[in-house]
Amino acid sequence: MTGGPYYPAPPPPPGPGANEHLPEWLRGEGEAADVVLSSRVRLARNLAGVLFASKATPSDRQRSMELCRDQIASAGLAERLAWEPLAKAPPQNRALLVERHLISKQLSRGKSAAGGADDPRGVAFSIPDERLAIMVNEEDHLRIQTIRSGLALATAWADADAIDDKLEAGLEYAFSPRFGYLTACPTNVGTGLRMSAMLHLPALRLTGDIEKVKRAASDMNLAVRGFYGEGSEAVGDLYQLSNQTTFGKSEAEILSLLEAEILPRVIEYERIARRELLAKRRIPLEDHVWRARGILSNARLLTTEEAMQALSLVRLGVLTGVTPAPDPAAEVRLVHLLWLYVQPAHLQRAFGREMDQEQRRAARAALVRSRLGRA
Amino acid sequence: MKCDHCDNEATVHEVTVRNGKKVERHLCEVHAAEAGIAVQPAGQMGELIKQHMAALTQSAAAKVTACPTCRTTFAEFKQHGILGCADCYKAFARQLGPLIERAHEGGVKHRGKVCKVHGEGAADAAAAERRARAQRLSRLRAELDHAVRAEQYEQAAKLRDELRAMGERPPQDPA
Repeated sequence: MTGGPYYPAPPPPPGPGANEHLPEWLRGEGEAADVVLSSRVRLARNLAGVLFASKATPSDRQRSMELCRDQIASAGLAERLAWEPLAKAPPQNRALLVERHLISKQLSRGKSAAGGADDPRGVAFSIPDERLAIMVNEEDHLRIQTIRSGLALATAWADADAIDDKLEAGLEYAFSPRFGYLTACPTNVGTGLRMSAMLHLPALRLTGDIEKVKRAASDMNLAVRGFYGEGSEAVGDLYQLSNQTTFGKSEAEILSLLEAEILPRVIEYERIARRELLAKRRIPLEDHVWRARGILSNARLLTTEEAMQALSLVRLGVLTGVTPAPDPAAEVRLVHLLWLYVQPAHLQRAFGREMDQEQRRAARAALVRSRLGRA
Repeated sequence: MKCDHCDNEATVHEVTVRNGKKVERHLCEVHAAEAGIAVQPAGQMGELIKQHMAALTQSAAAKVTACPTCRTTFAEFKQHGILGCADCYKAFARQLGPLIERAHEGGVKHRGKVCKVHGEGAADAAAAERRARAQRLSRLRAELDHAVRAEQYEQAAKLRDELRAMGERPPQDPA
């Protein structure tokens, strides 16, 4: 295991043809990639005999971190694994990991009761693919995350299951035959499993049918969340659909509910909405897409949300053929790259300096113009 | 009945049994809050818990008990929606059971992957229990040591009780 800090190389000063590094969830590959960006599996696990975060002393936290870290390092989980200790890590580095979806905001902050930024904690992730990330000392001692491009929950689950087995070979988990895997919050107890798909649903938002999807999902006990997960808004028409129930259903049942029943229907709704926009509301659709391109090619100041929203419409324009693209796949990849690099920490890394909010808006607009501008 | 610490009416009553001895506490809301016993539920599962508590308060089960391992009270859980340790699931099994069932579409028992320690042909479950117990004992001894050095005698006495309850002879114990 490589000791931190490891960070992927930033793109060279904005310009075409850079050697760009996209995390797995933005690679744009796999099944149903026109709608599904990525499939994610998360397992919550805790060590037996060590207190959970809310009651743990700093020495308990240190102990759970060391136990987990040592097992992660020796279990042969991936060809290359990076370990980032987060106690005392600079805020910029932590923000970068959050933006890459390798850690949660909660892990970035640290448990305030356990010392906040100094709280012993860290993350291990596979490099360079970033398909595997294991958060240590978040709400639970272990949060195993596996990600696959496109609709591939079964594969992501198989990955997570295998990692879980290898970790368990050297760790003793908190488990009860009645309640299953024991977690700090009973909403995760049982399988400790959360399966989610990151969906791009611009057409359903334009037709207004997104609300129906949200209602239908909540009727089926599924959660619809925004780009950054729990409690976040849907920026860039990106939605995460996930199971809420973790107890009383097996992993196979949760998988089948999402991958065989719900997701194919949502994917089909979005595709139908795209076709309908093209067939019945082509001019308004073109107007949305070209206005978005106009903003991105000309604006001098851009907020993250505005940039992400406009990029969403650019992606829709490419996939519906409204904007002719010699290489649509490359254009979609560019949108994904910009989705990532308009985020504050990535933006500052790309420019190689710290910037305040106003400077970031200007830099963001300059970065996007240089990639999407016709001039 | 008056609060143990002041002249206000006691509205929170706690009965715990330690080493076969019954210990009663009667507190007003203010002192209950001070003792870490919250009265108002809030947080993630607050609503759900409130409904269940309404039913439970009518029975003797409403008496506040703390998890013997981490001392989380059910009131604390009600407030934050977070448990303090794995043993809380045992300590609050009666209250948590229906709550978890409701939150998870009526699931009553874990189905799915089984931890190796508990699975068929897996390592001896008793051995796992022993390991967990050893981990807990080492923590209690460390805490006791700390409490004695910090001259927190009340806390030290509690920890000694816990060690005894686990069948251990606490260090520095004259007996």
